[in-house]
Amino acid sequence: MIRVQLEDFDIGLELKKLSSGNLGIGGISSFVGLVRDFVGVEKIKGMTLEYYPGMTEKALTAIEGEAHKRWALESTLIIHRYGSLKPGDQIVLVCASSAHRKSAIEACHFLIDWLKTKAPFWKCEELPNGSEWVKARDLDIEQTMKWTTRD
Amino acid sequence: MRLLYFASIREKIGISEEEHDLPSGVSNVSGLIDWLKSQGEEYAEALADQMVVKVAVNQEYVSVEHPISSNDEIAFFPPVTGG
Repeated sequence: MIRVQLEDFDIGLELKKLSSGNLGIGGISSFVGLVRDFVGVEKIKGMTLEYYPGMTEKALTAIEGEAHKRWALESTLIIHRYGSLKPGDQIVLVCASSAHRKSAIEACHFLIDWLKTKAPFWKCEELPNGSEWVKARDLDIEQTMKWTTRD
Repeated sequence: MRLLYFASIREKIGISEEEHDLPSGVSNVSGLIDWLKSQGEEYAEALADQMVVKVAVNQEYVSVEHPISSNDEIAFFPPVTGG
């Protein structure tokens, strides 16, 4: 399941819902992304996240579908927030459940790596001297390539 | 066609979306970018670096050779930075 939302999410509740009623699940792996309060040596006061309604949901659904093709998963969840966020706020939650831990952990790692370079979201950081759009990082692209070249 | 702009490209152009008839002689994304660049300084600047301009046609990533038609939704945005 995927959700793009303004409001915060409750990790405990979401993990519980993900496994509820499925006794075949042996483990859930999760990743939570938070707003940092720094970039390099500069302080971040907050950030605004923009997305592309329609395409973003499609891209997240495609990423989720790809994970299910590659691993034997019981369920997956991607929640990504948009709008105005402050340091310490939760931005993203990615979870994968499976009968065994290896698939769950690998799929969770894959989901966040692919999301970072394929899902249409853009961060604008509020720095001491004004706002700045975050530039895409080569490292993120390398992390995504790892999943492309390994098989 | 419906044109959408996001993030830094939206800010440079100054609007988030607009409707246009398909300009005559324009048949693909590359041609549309060239035409838009001739529409004003703000377009020329926002779309100057084709390496950092990503394009989606009907909400799918495409290359600049991708054909376009008058009913398409065409979005321009910088490389994504979510997560």
